[in-house]
Amino acid sequence: MNALKSHLLRLAPQIVVLIAVVLLISLAFPDFLTLQMQNGRIYGSLIDVLNRGAPVALLAIGMTIVIATRGIDLSVGAVMAICGAVAAASITSGHSLVYTLALALAVGMLCGLWNGILVAVLDIQPIIATLVLMVAGRGIAQLITEGAILTFNHPGLIFIGSGSFLGLPMPVVIWLAFGVAITLLVRRTALGMLVEALGINRRASTLSGVSTGVLLIAAYILSGLCAAIAGVIAAADIKGADANNAGLWLELDAILAVVVGGNSLLGGRFSIAASLLGAMIIQAINTGILLSGFPPEFNLIIKAAIIVLILVVQSPRVRDLSAWFGRSGSREAAVKQEAK
Amino acid sequence: MNPRYVPLAATVAIFLAAYALCFLQYPNMLSTRVIGNLLTDNAFLGIAAVGMTFVILSGGIDLSIGSVIAFTGVFIAVVLENTGLHPLVVFMLALGIATLFGGVMGAIIHHLEMPPFIVTLAGMFLARGMAFVLSIDSVPIKHPFYAVMKGFYYRLPGGGRITLIGGLMLLVFVLGILIAHRTRFGANVYALGGGVQTARLMGVPVARTTIEIYALSGFLAGLSGIVFSLYTSAGYSLSAVGVELDAIAAVVIGGTLLTGGSGFVGGTLIGILIMGLIQTYITFDGSLSSWWTKILIGLLLFGFILLQKGFLYLSKNKRRFA
Repeated sequence: MNALKSHLLRLAPQIVVLIAVVLLISLAFPDFLTLQMQNGRIYGSLIDVLNRGAPVALLAIGMTIVIATRGIDLSVGAVMAICGAVAAASITSGHSLVYTLALALAVGMLCGLWNGILVAVLDIQPIIATLVLMVAGRGIAQLITEGAILTFNHPGLIFIGSGSFLGLPMPVVIWLAFGVAITLLVRRTALGMLVEALGINRRASTLSGVSTGVLLIAAYILSGLCAAIAGVIAAADIKGADANNAGLWLELDAILAVVVGGNSLLGGRFSIAASLLGAMIIQAINTGILLSGFPPEFNLIIKAAIIVLILVVQSPRVRDLSAWFGRSGSREAAVKQEAK
Repeated sequence: MNPRYVPLAATVAIFLAAYALCFLQYPNMLSTRVIGNLLTDNAFLGIAAVGMTFVILSGGIDLSIGSVIAFTGVFIAVVLENTGLHPLVVFMLALGIATLFGGVMGAIIHHLEMPPFIVTLAGMFLARGMAFVLSIDSVPIKHPFYAVMKGFYYRLPGGGRITLIGGLMLLVFVLGILIAHRTRFGANVYALGGGVQTARLMGVPVARTTIEIYALSGFLAGLSGIVFSLYTSAGYSLSAVGVELDAIAAVVIGGTLLTGGSGFVGGTLIGILIMGLIQTYITFDGSLSSWWTKILIGLLLFGFILLQKGFLYLSKNKRRFA
């Protein structure tokens, strides 16, 4: 019970912001909250938010773990493009759906392995190590699609992007299930704690017997896997692989989602649920701007404003200041207690 | 040889070897026309990369460059279209805005103690968003002064031209080298890259230097935006996407250590030229697709990072056994 309470307390700011954003939009557009059942499927703007936010939510899962290790993965957008291209190329050349999916996910994990080796074994700064694949990745994706947009019409693969399961769109089901699975994996085992230890002090955790190298590589492989799933969903959604635009700048959105989720960029404590809420906040704002008829370009300015706001809140200086106010407050209370 | 020069020497050697290979296959590559175009086509990237070199030398990173270039271009185009101001006045305004923008980012990085990566990410979103707000469409620039400026060039023997913007890039590089090695500000930048704490103890004004570094980077990104608008004769909010990555790649290929504190502005010029050479070769070949550019630059980036690592490893071992 206590654990649940502290968990909710951790998520409170994100939940409050998400509810506030949704309420704000629904004040202006009452239709925003309506949900309809049609042909065994739920329709409505809220479901749209969940659905459109799927790629960023998936990327945010892997990014949370990577950032918790004090790293960053800039290559996820390019990996999305590569995996989407692989899936499209494999399905159009007549391979089965299972083979295609397995191949795409394996390629994503391979990309993650490459990043992980650069960071963990060669000890390169994560920003730069993943920059290599970010620059080269789109070229590789274009090599696979041979510069064209590879289209396909395999119903099984398309189902992943636009099908539905239990009334929910398939992408929503996938990111929810994957998020829950990874949360259980890291929180029901010691893995999550080890990742946090690694992020706070890599040397100390190596000395205390944690195989930090393997853990670091695993974090980047997970990020690659998340990017692969997101890439397949993005390709299935448009029934084609677009090497130039698939996942473009999504790495920045994913990082933003993790930051909005209140995770420190300096590594350490992390919460996947908070990052997922962060991704939904960003998507809700996106949808709200689209609905309100503002040009979608305002999105970027709002994102910049969000980052600056969070920077101010997270900044050590401001935290010192608030801690100082908090302490003087409690001291006053203590004095009052004594006076009684 | 001083170990400081090893990465730079490697860059120069690779550039010469690559140029020799290209020359053997296509003797025309050595013509002054190709060289002139190499300078003109990469002018905006080169100018922005000088700013990035200073930022990386100080141990930071600036992701906002591409967006600032786009913003400057759109700003110039929109102001020229809607007012009667002379382009030179508009250039001054644009440079002022870009410098102020960089300076504010530097102030946030220093005073809020946040990683440069995330602060300049916010700057990237903001500048791109402002460009979109000014205009979503590509705005052509038809001012007669632009035609005049495009008419300035120095004719090289053999028919090549060093255009105004190509020459400006070379000038910026010369000034950059002088600032880095002959001024107190340059020494402070190197000191900051060596370690903030040591720099502070040495008496480096950390706050002022940090703000100046990002203001310089903003100023050069603004200048790069002006050059880009001269190059394309238009302002478009979707242009120059990803230029910051090209600039970082050029700086790294140019032999500057990503951890800061060691490197040369001149190396960045060679880095730019190597990247331009790859593009020129692919154009000459005709059968290779343009996406090979990205893959080759990625590989080159990887090679240089490995080289830096090996170099650091060796120098550490030497110290241990000395």
